[in-house]
Amino acid sequence: MIDTLETMDDAGLELVYTVPACMEPVPMRLCPGCTHPIAHRLCAEIVDELGIADRAVLISSVGCSVFANEFFRLDGAQAAHGRAPAVATGVKRVHPENIVFTYQGDGDLASIGLAETIHAAARGEDITIAFINNGIYGMTRGQMAPTTLLGHKTTTSPYGRSAEDTGYPLDVCALLQTLPGVAFLARESLHAPKYVRRAKRSLKKAFQCQIEGKGFSLVEMLSTCPSCWHMEPLEAFERIEKEVIPQYPLGVFVEK
Amino acid sequence: MSERTLMDGNRATAEGAIAGGCRYFFGYPITPQSHIPERMSLRLPEVGGVYLQAESEVAAINMCYGAAACGAKVMTTSSSPGISLMQEGISYMYGAELPCVIVNMVRGGPGLGNIAAAQSDYWLSTRGGGHGDGQMITFAPWSIQEVYDLTYESFDIALKYRAPVSLLGDAILAQMMEPVQERKPLDAALSQTDWGIGGERHGREKNVITSIYIQPRALEELNHRLYARYAQAAREETRWAELGAEDPEILVCAYGIAARICQTGLELAAAAGVKARLLRPISLFPFPTAPIREWSEKVRKILVVELSMGQFVEDVRLAVEGRCPVEFSGHTGGVVHTPEEVAGVLGNL
Repeated sequence: MIDTLETMDDAGLELVYTVPACMEPVPMRLCPGCTHPIAHRLCAEIVDELGIADRAVLISSVGCSVFANEFFRLDGAQAAHGRAPAVATGVKRVHPENIVFTYQGDGDLASIGLAETIHAAARGEDITIAFINNGIYGMTRGQMAPTTLLGHKTTTSPYGRSAEDTGYPLDVCALLQTLPGVAFLARESLHAPKYVRRAKRSLKKAFQCQIEGKGFSLVEMLSTCPSCWHMEPLEAFERIEKEVIPQYPLGVFVEK
Repeated sequence: MSERTLMDGNRATAEGAIAGGCRYFFGYPITPQSHIPERMSLRLPEVGGVYLQAESEVAAINMCYGAAACGAKVMTTSSSPGISLMQEGISYMYGAELPCVIVNMVRGGPGLGNIAAAQSDYWLSTRGGGHGDGQMITFAPWSIQEVYDLTYESFDIALKYRAPVSLLGDAILAQMMEPVQERKPLDAALSQTDWGIGGERHGREKNVITSIYIQPRALEELNHRLYARYAQAAREETRWAELGAEDPEILVCAYGIAARICQTGLELAAAAGVKARLLRPISLFPFPTAPIREWSEKVRKILVVELSMGQFVEDVRLAVEGRCPVEFSGHTGGVVHTPEEVAGVLGNL
């Protein structure tokens, strides 16, 4: 990747778009058409723009987010499945001057780590959570998640998710928005450029909340998983627009 | 002699920790050790530390993981069922090479069990710490002074080996009161490590705390690194104490509160003409294999007294390697030997 950039430079071309300073110039271990890299990049651009690379700490989780520390030039720790908010709490209580953010998927945050998420929010813990919701367990190849839409066929809901057997998709923002400790809460999407720009605005506000010491902040980002949805990337983007957003409406739910 | 303070084992744990430099505590209430978090919630703000009650033991151990990743002296305390919940986090701590002090005031098990004294978490602590190839440095005090001293020293030992250190007490040691000589406060500042995260980086290379090693050879290398540290701990941290007859026919092996009971049992037996000696491990991992092996060549029999169905006895048998018979006397579920019972068993050997 570096070689390509240098070649461009040699050719006298102006470099207008490159890897953010706080990202490692390495290939990401993610599938084509997946929106994780967009979310990674948004986090990195915001850290650079806010000038906090020297004091940002990234807590990665388990799932497709497990390698996140490899992609960022930031201090960090890898947390057990679902425990990133607890690990982030430990770091933040030792170093209140650090900007501590977790990067978690929906299996991690909304299933096994729901208690850690809700209690970090209830405490008003001064951390920021980048929450990637693709409605499936991607790293383990496509099992049903608590966020999976009704009717969606996954490897563990082969007949389609039924409300009778497994209940309804879990809306994390709805769960969190009544808690007084929450300072910023939004749901955005990463399926098209205009939504990505919106997502960046919300994510930046979430980081700013922490810089100002206002409390817990979380931005949910609706994401694609073409590999486990068994779709072409463009189809997956369309699915977000047609099926996922109606179930998980976008918006800024808390802004203090 | 300078002034001593009367306190129970729970308070001695808290005070030993603070004097040992601990400034971060994350825990969850459970009998018989809730007095430790209570005491820490009172004392830590006085010394500029942080006390936080977690939503569960699962969260508590992971908060410790985060604080330990910063090089902080951090502790959690619990009792058996709570320690079961922490196993995942402890395994991640070995894997990520993080120092932490974990105190287990053991109660009767399995399951919810009861809140009486037991030693049935020996395997959980010395073999355990969750899944994988790690083991846990484990100390077992027998007096309230030793509860204080071992807690005080454990933070620096955890940092020295970059590993979790466990203390096994029990419901009696948690609540029993004895005078304690307090010690000079140790350094409480964040450790200057080359691996800690957080603070201002000022351009230094990033540090990442992780237990993920995707390449099998790299993970094998980690496990060899951990075991090299255990080998060092075996040389430098193995502790035990002995008392009783100089030329014994019987060696009694017991640890913690069981050893304390055996001390009186040996006195009663000695009055009846039984020549016995007590060897009590203070470190359970690393285990004092060498002195037990040495005595096994000189005594007629070894008696192991333990408050479980027989866990510690297996390490004694491994040390003895069949050189002499190893008898076992155990109580479990919160039932505790009397000194008379121990003397009776000794008399019949």
